[in-house]
Amino acid sequence: MGKLKYERPFIRKLNANPMNKFGAAPESQYVSSIEEHPVKELLAQYGSPLFVLSEKQIRKNVRAALRSFKTRYPAVQFAWSYKTNYLNAVCNIFHQEGSWAEVVSGFEYRKALGNGVPGNKIIFNGPAKQIEDLLLAIENDSLLHIDHLDELYTLLSICETISKKPRVAIRVNMDTGIYPSWDRFGFNYENEEAWSAITKIISSGKLNLVGLHCHIGTFMLSVNAYSIAARKMCTLALRCKSQLNNPIEYLDLGGGLPSTNTLKGAYLPGVDTVPSVDDFAEAITTAILEAGFSQDELPLLIMECGRVLIDDAGYLLGSVIANKRLGDGRRATIVDFGVNTLFTSFWYNHQITPAQEFSQHSENMVLYGPLCMNIDVIRESINLPMLNPGDNLVVHKVGAYNMTQWMQFITSRPGIVLIDENSRVHQVRKPETLEYMEAPELVPEHLTPDKTNK
Amino acid sequence: MKIKKNIATSENGFIFNPATGDSFSGNAMATAILSAMKNNEPDEQIRKNILEKYDVTAEQLNRDWEDWTIQLREANLIEC
Repeated sequence: MGKLKYERPFIRKLNANPMNKFGAAPESQYVSSIEEHPVKELLAQYGSPLFVLSEKQIRKNVRAALRSFKTRYPAVQFAWSYKTNYLNAVCNIFHQEGSWAEVVSGFEYRKALGNGVPGNKIIFNGPAKQIEDLLLAIENDSLLHIDHLDELYTLLSICETISKKPRVAIRVNMDTGIYPSWDRFGFNYENEEAWSAITKIISSGKLNLVGLHCHIGTFMLSVNAYSIAARKMCTLALRCKSQLNNPIEYLDLGGGLPSTNTLKGAYLPGVDTVPSVDDFAEAITTAILEAGFSQDELPLLIMECGRVLIDDAGYLLGSVIANKRLGDGRRATIVDFGVNTLFTSFWYNHQITPAQEFSQHSENMVLYGPLCMNIDVIRESINLPMLNPGDNLVVHKVGAYNMTQWMQFITSRPGIVLIDENSRVHQVRKPETLEYMEAPELVPEHLTPDKTNK
Repeated sequence: MKIKKNIATSENGFIFNPATGDSFSGNAMATAILSAMKNNEPDEQIRKNILEKYDVTAEQLNRDWEDWTIQLREANLIEC
């Protein structure tokens, strides 16, 4: 007869607290495979930790979001926010779905060109465009979104030396009734700075003002803020037409739509509180449709959604390294992915599930990453079943920002695989190696190992 | 390691300390060990029985036993 299944002995104190109608439901439905690929096999083949992206989910998200807008408004264009996830494989999924590129640096701009995006379908945002970047973007007829007056003057001086008339928009910041109000990007609406910039552009005769852009915040939970932003942008556009005889071709409402992750400090889980894309689409398109444009003059609506389109298409798979008991009696589990890999754990209480079956007993624990740093905490408090070294975990909704904001710090960055629509697995980024990290380093002659270890 | 005499345990994992009023729930392994402790089985014998009966290595059990001891001490269930 075989031996009985063993589980670490564990007792939990029962507290007779008042009942909580929101009660913490166990997060732990085990997830042993991602789109039919067993977690254990993926980790065995590609190493642990490992990011996994679902092409099917990305396409589903972008199509659904586009439908939300296109069923409400006649002219809609999505531009993929490169900073959210600029893996070429990911960008090209969005480009195949018809998205333009929205970039915020020369580095991202060149990535977009490398992905075959036509120059006139690249939107160039960002507060720190270099002169060579501006020249390249002008040459490619890209849409330049001017962030500040210094950039405007730089552009005007560039125009003295070229024969082209660059297509530009200004970035507008405004009070949309939310706190904190984002005012660091672009020109302010309320104090007329935006209008002043517009008049400067048009009176210069050297730039072609074709659009207006705003990006009112990130992980926005207020639908009404977008409604206010859209109304103010429309007011500005209509004023451009009536007072300066310069019709605005497009309104770019930026991004900032939230995914269903749960923000730290939130009382309820994100899935229960985050407005849907339909809610945002309804608010934005209604504001534009009611603003007073004639039917044939309705501007193109550009959206630069990022995280809402990709967060739930990304998973991080990892392994348990060790368990320990803290001084105050709490359980702590150390896993092989830290805040360096899972950057968004600074903002979210990520949903984390075991990748193997477990008993009904769970224990509250702290989940630490592998870094020798006190800040390396993935979850301060999470109910998970008894985990043993070598067990696997799945972190959900990690598709946005992690694969761009991750840090090479103490450990190297892991590999990334993409599961395509036919359930085939493709490695889209290899794990980093020591050679890769050291390649740009230069060691002075007197500090080489043979001189140092004499 | 001896469990306090007044600690009450049930077969389904409920543990009650009448001196403090604290109650606990334990998993199957904890229930089995507590039952053996209540029968005054020495630690070594309990561990030996677990190794014979359950699918666990001596190394893993050693590590878990350390943690088990801390849990019982934290819960104030063992004699000082």
